Amino acid sequence: MSISSEEELAAVIRGTTVPFRIKGGGTRDVGRPGAGEALDVSGIAGIRLYEPGALTLVAAAGTPLAEVEAVLAAEGQRLAFEPADWRGLLGTAGEPTLGGMVAANVSGPRRVQAGACRDALLGVRFVDGTGTVVKNGGRVMKNVTGYDLVKLMAGSWGTLGVLTEVSLKVLPAPEAAAVLVLDGLDEARAVRAMTAALGSPFDVTGAAHGDMGTVVRIEGFAQSVAYRAERLASLLATVGPVRVERDARSAAALWCAVRDVAPFHEVPGDVWRLSVRPSEATALVARAWQVAGARGALYDWGGGLVWLLLPEGEDLRARLGPFNGHATLFRADAATRTRIAAFPPEPAPVAALAAGIRAKFDPRGILNPGLMG
Amino acid sequence: MDMPLPDATILSRRAEIVARLRNVLPADAVIDDPVETRAYECDGLAAYRCPPLAVVLPRSTAEVAAALQVCHALGVPVVPRGSGTSLSGGALPTADSVILGLARMNRVLEVSYDDRFIRVEAGRTNLSVTGAVEAEGFFYAPDPSSQLACAIAGNVAMNSGGAHCLKYGVTTNNLLGVTLVQMDGSVVELGGAQMDAGGLDLLGVVCGSEGQLGVVTEATLRILPKPEGARPVLIAFDANEVAGACVADIIKAGVLPVAIEFMDRPCIRACEDFAHAGYPDCEALLIVEVEGADPEIDEQLGLIRQIAARHHPIEFRESASEEEAKKIWLGRKSAFGAMGQINDYMCLDGTIPVSALPEVLRRIGEMSRAVGLDVANVFHAGDGNMHPLILFDANKPGDLEKCETLGAEILKLCVEVGGCLTGEHGVGIEKRDLMGVQYSGADMEAQMRVKDVFDPAWLLNPAKVFPLAASAARRGG
Repeated sequence: MSISSEEELAAVIRGTTVPFRIKGGGTRDVGRPGAGEALDVSGIAGIRLYEPGALTLVAAAGTPLAEVEAVLAAEGQRLAFEPADWRGLLGTAGEPTLGGMVAANVSGPRRVQAGACRDALLGVRFVDGTGTVVKNGGRVMKNVTGYDLVKLMAGSWGTLGVLTEVSLKVLPAPEAAAVLVLDGLDEARAVRAMTAALGSPFDVTGAAHGDMGTVVRIEGFAQSVAYRAERLASLLATVGPVRVERDARSAAALWCAVRDVAPFHEVPGDVWRLSVRPSEATALVARAWQVAGARGALYDWGGGLVWLLLPEGEDLRARLGPFNGHATLFRADAATRTRIAAFPPEPAPVAALAAGIRAKFDPRGILNPGLMG
Repeated sequence: MDMPLPDATILSRRAEIVARLRNVLPADAVIDDPVETRAYECDGLAAYRCPPLAVVLPRSTAEVAAALQVCHALGVPVVPRGSGTSLSGGALPTADSVILGLARMNRVLEVSYDDRFIRVEAGRTNLSVTGAVEAEGFFYAPDPSSQLACAIAGNVAMNSGGAHCLKYGVTTNNLLGVTLVQMDGSVVELGGAQMDAGGLDLLGVVCGSEGQLGVVTEATLRILPKPEGARPVLIAFDANEVAGACVADIIKAGVLPVAIEFMDRPCIRACEDFAHAGYPDCEALLIVEVEGADPEIDEQLGLIRQIAARHHPIEFRESASEEEAKKIWLGRKSAFGAMGQINDYMCLDGTIPVSALPEVLRRIGEMSRAVGLDVANVFHAGDGNMHPLILFDANKPGDLEKCETLGAEILKLCVEVGGCLTGEHGVGIEKRDLMGVQYSGADMEAQMRVKDVFDPAWLLNPAKVFPLAASAARRGG
């Protein structure tokens, strides 16, 4: 079923007797597969307000991300949290939407400096599982009026309500960027280099490691970037030889590849996403190679985020046992995602709170039931 | 401002409640002497006062849980309190409530510079979090004006901001995890040292819930490497509108200062009389601070100078030394003290879209003249967080009421132009009855359903945030 307005959506949800699988662009197929009628909400689209001087953009949830990025680029601005395009990784087609991006709280390499999608999200409108329209937050940068349901909706994967409108904080795109590249570091030295960079005062906006080497990004005004690149290069020289990549186009391509987890595109195997402490990342990855036969690793967020490529059907969580952080089964066939919980199981008291919230927002269990476990 | 009538049954069982608390807590952790409980009768919103039934000052998460279990079992409301600096009445007691103060829980539990976080007990003051890590070149970014006194527990409850949040965000953007004790005494860990939630972002809704969902006893906070330097400039204009346009142009140009502060003429004059900072005689002034190493600061200030020049400022004052920099900040930092010396004042904190600044300032001026109370404006202009200070005389009958009416009108104006009631102080009791201006019944119902999950009996800080009529059924009438 295709929906083109918030009122229509509310009426459909009020009247339904069957559960729905909510669909924006259909590019973020993550989580436990489940029954339900497809509810296509990409028709609720269009930019409602854009004030470059106030750094704010309000748009309907079905608005294509590409449309928003083009409008922002025309004013020299951007979404600072660098939302990933998961089509290559997940093998999906379609057009990523703002609503899907928010529902999945998609945040790229710049998360370490500019915050996550949820941090840039100023306000939401959504239709809950009873068919009631709810708004929360607004379109201003600072807002502590009432509870922050905005954060709750980000990353709730359509299980609490169907987003119809989102307000986002946007930021100026920088004049210049530089990427420091260290080749040939082992994982432990790579994390040491990234930790040194992120612990420096040089305002690093990305720190990743993989087959492309160890890469650290600096952005800003031209003179400032030149100054910081030089200082950071001498700081990191203690770890290994550093070269500085200043070509804007190849730098952008490099960070797109990190953002979209390009090394695992069109490679067979399951993909797991680990959110961990950087200081514990390499030991954890080493164990994943050992106990679960991991075949590849991509470190982002200075080692705070690790993408792992595993043989199909392996239950990484069961193999690793408890650790600080959590693991999400991000890409796998439907059978594996039915057998192994995609989202990390929570301790009982936290799970009880989450279940309680779901029961209040979606009492009939009709919005993406079971998707998050 | 109405508060619900205290529950007579609870008042009559006071001795039993205190005895039960003493059973589970050390002797010095329970206060019931009326002389001593009086110290907890109000917070930073001092116009409203009410001594609590008793006060508990636990030293550990286990003691917090024990105290809450007792109150839960006996149906006694609990008002959590950090340092009691709330400007919206967030820690105001009712006569039938127990104050749960976290002041004794102030230890640093863990610091990791490699993973860039610190875990502290939530009674620790904001500034002393930075104090614990600054020797290693790190700091904790959110900097509410009360940072010398205010506790992290209160910062989390109110999602506190500060002057520098234009660049670094507010509490919620710098909070990684909490230990939360629920009203029934059960303890949950939300978040951790990692950068995102594995499931629903419950941490995100706990932050800013004004102590209504649980008592935060420990917090994991993001720490950041300190920039190499910072320098402010002062820019004076002969009209508010021009200063407002200059702010928008600076932001549009891609400069992201750490702070853009705005003061209007009544505020400038009062600060000048009080602090003698040497501010120019003008209608509006901006203090813009940028960070980095010297060459980076020069580059940014050069650009800001060019932008400002297009708006023909009366003065563009740079600081060549640490001393001159301090002098630029001196007046701004003493603004509240200056106002307090002249008058009683009420400080609002509605937020507006930056583009609406000139219009809002003009209309506040008109409203102020119509009511006959002066309003001085000092605020965080970069993010639109206004701080109109309404001056009144608490000893003059009717003045407080007049001031509250004007305050409500100004906040309604903030919402009307696309903003909100409160940017960083919280709703508390102060803006509770205005919630309906910003949110529909359904919007508030969705929020109250979250409290139903965390605190089904509505015993935690119950008469705050939502209009009394809206929450009456849940609070048991």
